Amino acid sequence: MGRFVARRLLQMIPVFIGTTLLIFLMVYSLPGDPVKSLFGPKAADPATVERLRHQYGLDKPLLEQYWNYISGLFKGDFGQSFTGRPVADLMAEAFPVTIRLALLAFGFEVIVGVALGILTGLKRGKFLDQIVLVLTLVVISIPVFVIGYVTQFLLGLKWKVITPTVQDSMNIGQLMVPAIVLAALSLAYVTRLTRTTVGENLRADYMRTAVAKGLPRKRVIGVHLMRNSLIPVVTFLGTDLGMLMGGAIVTEGIFNIQGVGNTLFRSIQTSEGPTVVGIVTVLVLVYLVSSLVVDLLYAVLDPRIRYA
Amino acid sequence: MRGAKSATWVAMATAVALTATACGGGGSDSGDDNAAVNPDGTYTYYNVEPQNPIIPSNTNEVGGGYIVKNLFRSLVGFDEKSKLRMEAAESIESSDNQHFTVKLKPGWKFHNGEPQTAASFVDAWNWASNGKNAQLNASWFEPIKGYADVHPEKGDPKADKLEGLKVVNDLEFTIELTKPVSTFKEQLFYDAFSPLPKAFYKDTKAFGEHPIGNGPYQMDGDWSHKVEFKTKKFADYKGDDKPKNGGVIFKFYNKDDAAYNDLVSDKLDIMYQVPNSMAGQFKNDLGKRAISQMFGGNTNISFPLYEGDWGKPEKVKVRQGLSMAIDRETIAKTALKGSKDAADGITPKVVEGYQANSCGEFCKFNPTKAKELIKEGGGVPGNKVTLTYNADGANKEWADAVCNDIRQNGGVECVTDPKPTFQQARTDITERHMKSAFRMAWVQDFPNIQNFISAQYRTKAGANDMEFSNKDVDELMDKADAAKTIEESNKLYAEAEKKILQESMPSIPLFFDHTLAGYSKKVQNVKFDSFRQAIWTDVEVKK
Repeated sequence: MGRFVARRLLQMIPVFIGTTLLIFLMVYSLPGDPVKSLFGPKAADPATVERLRHQYGLDKPLLEQYWNYISGLFKGDFGQSFTGRPVADLMAEAFPVTIRLALLAFGFEVIVGVALGILTGLKRGKFLDQIVLVLTLVVISIPVFVIGYVTQFLLGLKWKVITPTVQDSMNIGQLMVPAIVLAALSLAYVTRLTRTTVGENLRADYMRTAVAKGLPRKRVIGVHLMRNSLIPVVTFLGTDLGMLMGGAIVTEGIFNIQGVGNTLFRSIQTSEGPTVVGIVTVLVLVYLVSSLVVDLLYAVLDPRIRYA
Repeated sequence: MRGAKSATWVAMATAVALTATACGGGGSDSGDDNAAVNPDGTYTYYNVEPQNPIIPSNTNEVGGGYIVKNLFRSLVGFDEKSKLRMEAAESIESSDNQHFTVKLKPGWKFHNGEPQTAASFVDAWNWASNGKNAQLNASWFEPIKGYADVHPEKGDPKADKLEGLKVVNDLEFTIELTKPVSTFKEQLFYDAFSPLPKAFYKDTKAFGEHPIGNGPYQMDGDWSHKVEFKTKKFADYKGDDKPKNGGVIFKFYNKDDAAYNDLVSDKLDIMYQVPNSMAGQFKNDLGKRAISQMFGGNTNISFPLYEGDWGKPEKVKVRQGLSMAIDRETIAKTALKGSKDAADGITPKVVEGYQANSCGEFCKFNPTKAKELIKEGGGVPGNKVTLTYNADGANKEWADAVCNDIRQNGGVECVTDPKPTFQQARTDITERHMKSAFRMAWVQDFPNIQNFISAQYRTKAGANDMEFSNKDVDELMDKADAAKTIEESNKLYAEAEKKILQESMPSIPLFFDHTLAGYSKKVQNVKFDSFRQAIWTDVEVKK
């Protein structure tokens, strides 16, 4: 177990270097000159451009820039955005908001999604199952921005249950509706995934044995069935957490939430290398850690799996 | 961005279908126009997070610009009617438009209590123009004598003070320019010429986060990045435009759609520009609280005179023909839903020095003559017009309509070439990769004809993306800049404008832009100037 974790942690190093380098290269190959665009439609004055380029280290060869960035990173320095603010500050503002939003969405997705999945899995073909199937199909087929705008229009503008946008990005109560919108799609997937595996496992031999042994139904479903059915769901949830954090751009835009998605979007538009790489690096780490946690959870759920 | 905006419509339509109700919103009740006013009430103003720290000489975009304009007062400013007025200055005198004597109003203070003196201005200008400090607005100091020494094109500055600036006493200083500039007094209104307190030089970085100005509002608390920037009334403000409200809170949005929804439900008080997708609807939503008003900005299409045949003299006729093939009035009314007016020249109507019809017959719709002229000029190079624009602005509607007119009325093949972002379009334009027509727009730096003509049509001017060059026009502009009075200068510039359009037409004037603004039920007396800014100090907050 310990060796497995250590090996996985070591594997993160090449992945980390690879992704940062790739993203660094991609940001710098974006069309348009980030320094000149600081001047807007006015002609950039060459002396100032020169000085700013030097200030941000953009006059050095690409690999040297990357080296400077990475060596700064190990000293805990995420570099500076073109606005002169440290990228660490930008991230410290954005991540708490996004983590709140993502965790809310995640919780909603796990609780409602798994519950609905088990219910419908046990009662396949019944009325409730049909309803949930249709509803999840609708959610899956509608793009998230439509769900977002419709929710905002109905709840915020028409019925005035909520304010149309989030007035305070740190307020959990206000983040509720955006979190539900954000979770909607994954929720539908989780429901369907759980429903299928529950349905399959119901017919498994060990289930028949458990029932034949005369175990109480609660224990049969709660332990024997759930434990085995949740393995694929946990895999999905693990990668989904990363997606919820980085992929909330649309939801954040609609509800004016000042999170990671929007900071990232803005920095890509202005070709701000350090900010983009910084944020994406953290997101990559989130992915790596969450997939490690998922792998460890396998062992908990299925004792047959052993990590040596 | 465009995609997302049409998404609003899809969403709205879906919502409408789902609930089977008509769309609408706030209705037209505008509240009582003469409600009791709370002089200490604050209001929220739509804005975007500033791109740079709040330093006047480094702020060149709207996000920071609107904040600077409230925290600082320059020597002069413009009133609602675009008339120049003295602000921090008592008087600015010059007999030759080259040597200026500035006298300051006594008793003005910065927000930290420090008195405003001649040195507050002179030191700030020296610092801002110094090449070492790499300020984005440094080029505004170019007319002042000695600029080349403090801001050389290459290498370190040879001097750290502008030779043309001299402090006479606490309330008086003089400015000497390298050559006469008739609109220099007007230019002094610009943010870059704001005074700075001594505290600035101690720690410029900290200042950018906590700016201290001399204007009607002072910063209130910390700058809550990407969320809001709060200001409150400055009690010691000595200007004539004392605030009638308690302060402005700049609220930052990522998307104007979100802001508009807040506006309609009174969560945002003033929005100076509603989303393009709402142009047809905002009057229904806001009733009397909707404003559509021309401001100092235009939309044109320009031609790369550096590219192949476009530079040939006979192509003047082709461009004029293309211009006459465009039915501006109809496009403005239908495709643009009144969000722009048909242009009859380069300088918009609300700008000082505007002269009616400087384009002559060439901006009037006349399909017969259009075809004739295009034919006389030997046709469009490559037999096809490609119109390049940036798709992240409100350009698709007019670009498609204009191209359509060129095809139908001019008989010339026309396609549009949308670039995803403004930045990409700009890079292609400034690196001179254009092969055919492209969008060129100008939003005034200050409301005078000089700004519209000189910045884009002078040989080698910074924003002369066409590489247009005409000796007679340059001479007229030089003469105008040396003129004794502003009236005389305006007249000469108008003459230059006429000459540009009627004899060369390097760009086709299309529209004068409108600001489409709105305000909530909580505020009243909301007016806009030619900069499409609210008259912030006049806004009244209802009790």
